[in-house]
Amino acid sequence: MSDSPVPANPAPPPQPAAAGGAPILSVRDLAIRFRTADGTVTAAADVGFDIRAGEIVGLVGESGSGKSQILMSLMGLLASNGHASGSAVFRGEEILNAPARRLDALRGASMSMIFQDPMTSLNPYLRVSTQLVEVLERHRGMTRAEAMAQALAIMESVRIPDAARRIRLYPHEFSGGMRQRVMIAMALLCRPALLLADEPTTALDVTVQAQILELIADLARSIGTAVLFVTHDLGVVARLCDRVIVLYGGRIMESGEATDIFGDPKHPYTRGLIDSTPRLDERSHGELRTIPGQPRAAQLAPMGCPFEPRCPHRVVRCRTERPAPQEAGLRQLACHEVRL
Amino acid sequence: MTGETLLAVRDLKVHFPLQGGMFGGKGSVVRAVDGVDFELKQGETLGIVGESGCGKSTLARAVLRLIPHAAGEVVWLGKDLHALDAEAMRAERRNMQIIFQDPLASLDPHMSIGAIIGQPLRTFHRELSRQDQRRRVFEAMRQVGLAPELADRFPHEFSGGMCQRVGIARAMILKPKLVVCDEPVSALDVSIQAQIINLLMDLQRRFDLSLLFISHNLSVVRHISHRVMVLYLGKVMEIAERDEFYARPLHPYSEALISAVPIPDPLLERQRPRIVLSGDLPSPINPPSGCRFSSRCPRATEICHKAEPALLDYGRDHRAACHHIPITPVATPR
Repeated sequence: MSDSPVPANPAPPPQPAAAGGAPILSVRDLAIRFRTADGTVTAAADVGFDIRAGEIVGLVGESGSGKSQILMSLMGLLASNGHASGSAVFRGEEILNAPARRLDALRGASMSMIFQDPMTSLNPYLRVSTQLVEVLERHRGMTRAEAMAQALAIMESVRIPDAARRIRLYPHEFSGGMRQRVMIAMALLCRPALLLADEPTTALDVTVQAQILELIADLARSIGTAVLFVTHDLGVVARLCDRVIVLYGGRIMESGEATDIFGDPKHPYTRGLIDSTPRLDERSHGELRTIPGQPRAAQLAPMGCPFEPRCPHRVVRCRTERPAPQEAGLRQLACHEVRL
Repeated sequence: MTGETLLAVRDLKVHFPLQGGMFGGKGSVVRAVDGVDFELKQGETLGIVGESGCGKSTLARAVLRLIPHAAGEVVWLGKDLHALDAEAMRAERRNMQIIFQDPLASLDPHMSIGAIIGQPLRTFHRELSRQDQRRRVFEAMRQVGLAPELADRFPHEFSGGMCQRVGIARAMILKPKLVVCDEPVSALDVSIQAQIINLLMDLQRRFDLSLLFISHNLSVVRHISHRVMVLYLGKVMEIAERDEFYARPLHPYSEALISAVPIPDPLLERQRPRIVLSGDLPSPINPPSGCRFSSRCPRATEICHKAEPALLDYGRDHRAACHHIPITPVATPR
């Protein structure tokens, strides 16, 4: 990536990963609510975290955990009945509920998003070249020829073979994995400081998933892009992420460095998730540990801990009293019954 | 496992004709399944793995004769299924069932849960009174962990995991010998996936059920299967006993597949050797000549592009089809 000819960046380039650098993104007290016919639905609440340059943070949770809505709120892409409150400071600038014009300038230039379905962000009627060139003309003020050269370099950097020919194709002419690369190429065109990824490998075959994960890891290493990676796959988190945030029912249950979370999961939900995941290297074939019940529907907003109905360690106050976050170093935990 | 062979598939081929014109030209076919052999014993689970387009779902459908085959045999309890007349085939169907990936889409939204689960009884056991049918439905519901009180509810009121239980109850109500599971847990949340896997394994133990378990998730397959078969573009690359397969894969494609699956352990992940394949699965319309994996294979040499390797036995019923396996096969190909 680093050898691709990238012209001077109007925005300050992201710094390579360095421990203790200023966060690229600081989220505090983020809450997301939707107005519906049945009243207000809270999709996420009290969400706070930082991401630094070059860091890859996994946002893990099941259906209804609010993980995708958190990304959408940061991009300013919530549905029209949705509202985000709290604060999200991106390189010193408040982006939550920022004016549409300001967000337009940021999106695609210094922050980008990739989705599970690449067609979400590709226009089926336009050649890939047209779509890539447009971004560079608009955000970087390049001439058409400059933009074309740069687009080609990006296609090559995400290892699309025969890029000079393929750049002229339409999105549907690519295979699933290649289309995912095109979307990543598009997201990377302006070397964003922040990449928001919403299950970008879930629909892909494992061998292609492995390629895409390497690509994202390379990107964070080489140009210092900070990555917020939403997934339900604990294996993907273990392979890719430096830190993990575990969400349940729109709230953070536990967060910390990946090695700590997997090596010593504290929250009963994190433990349950890890225990119920079959492992490729397991040799026992007995009963899997399970979490009883179903993932929580978003519209219920209990006063206590959202995991309480399914928690094996629940006590009376879990239903009525929200656990205060405990902190130790990079580790955070919200549970009445387990101590950090 | 009782060990009796329930199903023997011999050189099974399924071809889909392509329309002439823009692509492919006249008379060409997609060889979705191109000469597959395997056996399944009573009480056994065979995991079928492979990437999209490898033919795993097509294979399962041809085994159940839900689609016609082009050649080969599916020997079910001594009878060639594809040679049976309609009436005889219908009689066999009660012993073979299928459950699907998308639990909600495979349930009729206009029917109550009880009516959906009882449908096979109305097809195969018309002699049963309504009361007896109801009793059998409740029994099937209890077997899969659904409270009988839910019988009058409708699919849309249920979560994905509950819908999958309904699909399993419907499959189990006739007490079949074989259940084909086509990606049954892929659409479910992790915590629910574990519940369904446990349920399938429990039903297998209780009823000596045979399962063909199709999945792209190699971790789930390792947990649930006794043996594993790897398909690539309609061909068997490798078939072996489960732990043997994961510990000692012989085929480079199996090796790559296994190494591509992330393990939920960051320390282990940092040390694991990784084989990253280049490119995507080639189009099944025009597969590479010679070995079908040759276009992506890190070990491929000249012979791989010319000659198709046979599926050979390397001992302990571990079979693989590759020109570059460093050990000697124990038997000649069938």
